[in-house]
Amino acid sequence: MTEKLLISLTVNGRRHDDLVIESRYTLVDVLRHHVGLTGTHVGCEHGVCGACTVLLDGAPVRACLIFAAQAEGREIRTVESLSHGGELNDLQRAFSACHGLQCGFCTPGFLMLAEGFLAERPDATREEIREVVSSNLCRCTGYQSIVDAIEQCARGRREAQGEAR
Amino acid sequence: MSWVGRSAARREDPRLLSGSGRYVDDIHLPGTLHAQFVRSTVAHGAVTGVDLSATLAVPGVVAAFTADDLELGDITAVLDRPPSEFVPTAMPVLARDRVRYVGEPIAIVLADNPYAVEDGVEAARVTYEADRPVVSAEQALAPGAPLLHAAAPANTLVDVSMFATEGIDAVFAGAHEVVRVRANTARQNALPLETRGAVTSWDPREEQLVVHTCTQVPHLVRTSLAECLGLDERTVRVIVPDMGGGFGLKCVVGREEIAAAAAALRLRRPVKWIEDRRDALTASFLAREQHYDVRAAFDRDGRILALDADIVCDMGAYSCYPFTAGIEPLMASAELPGVYRVPAYRVRARAVATNKAPSAPYRGVSRPQIVMVMERLMERAARELDLDPVEVRRRNLIVEFPYTGVNDVTYDPGSYLESLNWCERLLRDEGWYERREAAAAEGRYVGIGYSCFSERTGYGSTAFAKRKMAVVPGFDLAEARMDLSGTVTVTTGTMSHGQSHETTLAQIVADRLGLDIAQVKIHQGDTDRIPYGFGTFASRSATIGGSAVARAASALGARLLRLAAHLLDTTDDNVELHDGSVRRRDDHGRAVSYRELADVAYLKAHLLPKDAEPGLTASASFDVHGDGTFSNAAHGVVVELHPGTGQVEILRYVCVEDCGVAINPQVVEGQCRGGIAQGIAGALFEQVTYDAQGEPACASFIDYKMPTAHEIPDIEIHHLETPCAFTESGAKGAGEGGTIGAPAAVLNAVNNALLPTGVELDDTPIRPETVQRAIGACP
Repeated sequence: MTEKLLISLTVNGRRHDDLVIESRYTLVDVLRHHVGLTGTHVGCEHGVCGACTVLLDGAPVRACLIFAAQAEGREIRTVESLSHGGELNDLQRAFSACHGLQCGFCTPGFLMLAEGFLAERPDATREEIREVVSSNLCRCTGYQSIVDAIEQCARGRREAQGEAR
Repeated sequence: MSWVGRSAARREDPRLLSGSGRYVDDIHLPGTLHAQFVRSTVAHGAVTGVDLSATLAVPGVVAAFTADDLELGDITAVLDRPPSEFVPTAMPVLARDRVRYVGEPIAIVLADNPYAVEDGVEAARVTYEADRPVVSAEQALAPGAPLLHAAAPANTLVDVSMFATEGIDAVFAGAHEVVRVRANTARQNALPLETRGAVTSWDPREEQLVVHTCTQVPHLVRTSLAECLGLDERTVRVIVPDMGGGFGLKCVVGREEIAAAAAALRLRRPVKWIEDRRDALTASFLAREQHYDVRAAFDRDGRILALDADIVCDMGAYSCYPFTAGIEPLMASAELPGVYRVPAYRVRARAVATNKAPSAPYRGVSRPQIVMVMERLMERAARELDLDPVEVRRRNLIVEFPYTGVNDVTYDPGSYLESLNWCERLLRDEGWYERREAAAAEGRYVGIGYSCFSERTGYGSTAFAKRKMAVVPGFDLAEARMDLSGTVTVTTGTMSHGQSHETTLAQIVADRLGLDIAQVKIHQGDTDRIPYGFGTFASRSATIGGSAVARAASALGARLLRLAAHLLDTTDDNVELHDGSVRRRDDHGRAVSYRELADVAYLKAHLLPKDAEPGLTASASFDVHGDGTFSNAAHGVVVELHPGTGQVEILRYVCVEDCGVAINPQVVEGQCRGGIAQGIAGALFEQVTYDAQGEPACASFIDYKMPTAHEIPDIEIHHLETPCAFTESGAKGAGEGGTIGAPAAVLNAVNNALLPTGVELDDTPIRPETVQRAIGACP
């Protein structure tokens, strides 16, 4: 059980080759405590709350339900990848503009959920967004402002796309 | 333009959105040991043996301690009341010879990593001599019930009869109508998404135990820690990082944070304890399990004549610090009449001990229940008297202010009637009454329900003293400091855990000093930076904390004015603050910037007036001498009951709220919506259950149904503004109202939908099977 493994993870485009872990360590624990990216949070450790949501090869997953060793060779993206040079991206700005966060603990999970979802469904309706938002738990906001934020971001991206065409 | 009243972007957001927030589990000190607890597996009994030898043999485990190993004082919360009204009960940091609930901590295990510590906990062997558990208030009060605490006969920790109007029985005997509500509300978990936790270490240089912990009440944790560990307060520093919610659960002192600190002190190594979700659901603090039997007398016109209440609160195994097991019964007793003119009132309220995890405050404390009970009484009276339920409320609402009620509480001005009228108009104008009739004609169950209530906020020391707590929270302190750059840091004794204080308090300060909020930094949650503070609970931060902060900013402004007047060769009354500088009133061209003033105050003290101190700091305090201030709101809800599933679908939710001056309207709406979501959760979903042996049945999010975006609807919010006369900003508190008003409105809507069936429901949560039974969809 406590035998050590040496693994390598690719997180936010950067390779971490020197991770000495036990096979039972979850991805979220290794991201937080070994890779040193504490933006991903642990809310329940049984796959319900979604606070630990990260993107694995572009798809949202619960990082508490995956062993770190299972993520070798895959592209992992965490909340730390969203902003660039201290500038928040459009999704993060929409969360702020819509007051889509209060305590902020669940927020990284919702951001990564939305990032993965919008990449797949850029034309999502409000109802579809609400359905996806219901994957994760938030105790502060009552969800409406999270739905607003994702909708606003999607609209903005569609408009930008329209202008680009 | 003033900052107060503006939906300014939150100062907190950039770090929280980019993963740069620092919550307690994000703090990792070199050499940290990870702690978890061996917890009781029986609900009630004697501990006959604790064997930690296998634990200590687990690879990675460094130490394990029981109560006998650590010299720890007990956590004892006290009310200054006679023994007939209150029995103090000590909560040991680690259980000694007895355990009183499943999950009670017995030993602390410390290991090199968080996985090894779980192995260590699993290897511990505890033996018990089990007693018969007491798992309900009914069992607790039954003759011959086993006693949890020898000092508390009938398992009763609090038994108070705060009001008994003379002649009330005659009023009931002669009344045209007497209605009765018997209601039970389920045990709930406040459930912040971040569980509890602490990182504690000994700092030999400062000779201090440094405790990073996610608490709403840092100074109270320091006081309790110092007491339990026999330390001077100076040698304990409590620092609160970013907090992932609290909702009251984190405004009491936790046994685990004290045990972790004791272990750090003993081992001289940093100790981290992060509660896991199972412990958070089963062994943390719970709330809300109450039983009401209330009668109300009405005249033929629907005016309430008298109110008679018997309230039993199931508080679990221990009193929480500092509030005690009195938190729920005392609140319920003091506030039950609410927004209505009740001429005669009698109440008995009890707190009983049961073999369940202890209770702490949870957002709204008893008011979700008392509002529900009052609003059910209004609805029931309307039904019996064949009157419109909104009209019955109108006839009883307090409309002249200030109003001193039968509960010896003076209500400051509010907009009770206006909010209710607006709420009703919204639903009428949208055609919901016609839609309800049309639905009924099709055999569907659509109902409309309201609640109308006020929420006392800004409890000062006078109001808390009335509750007779030995620890009387009330005032708060603030310190404002200007640095050489002309920017301001303000330290407050309140502690935001999601409420946006870094923004809203900065808005208050920015207005007082003519600064941009970007030039104001609010600092909170560090016991070394301010002498004392009571933290954040009971919607006190905007009112009390905000007023202290405003006064500190004004005091700093006064220093700036005096210094500037000296430098500008004029009198104090001929200068004013303007946009980052002080200018002469008679000659706006002659001004001195904050930077220049700071330069003199710190680096050119020889230029200061003779009587002036160097530096630019100012401090202030604020307390409320009186009964506080009352925010108010009305909620209107339309529901449809689905016979197939028993589901209660919320078709429409409107709220008209009045929290005085809204410092940041977007933040106020966020508080409302989040609060309403928690209220809906209590009305329809959440229930902590135990089996007959006192084993908790809700150990995961699968068993405890916290609602998602699927269950919580969009909520429309409108604002009225009755400014508070005595807070510095005119704000009243806004933290709890949503949670308080929602259960009553939802329950009334469900009952309205059930009208054709003749069934009335008064218990929450309303279970799908209850709905199905009520509409005859299942036997």
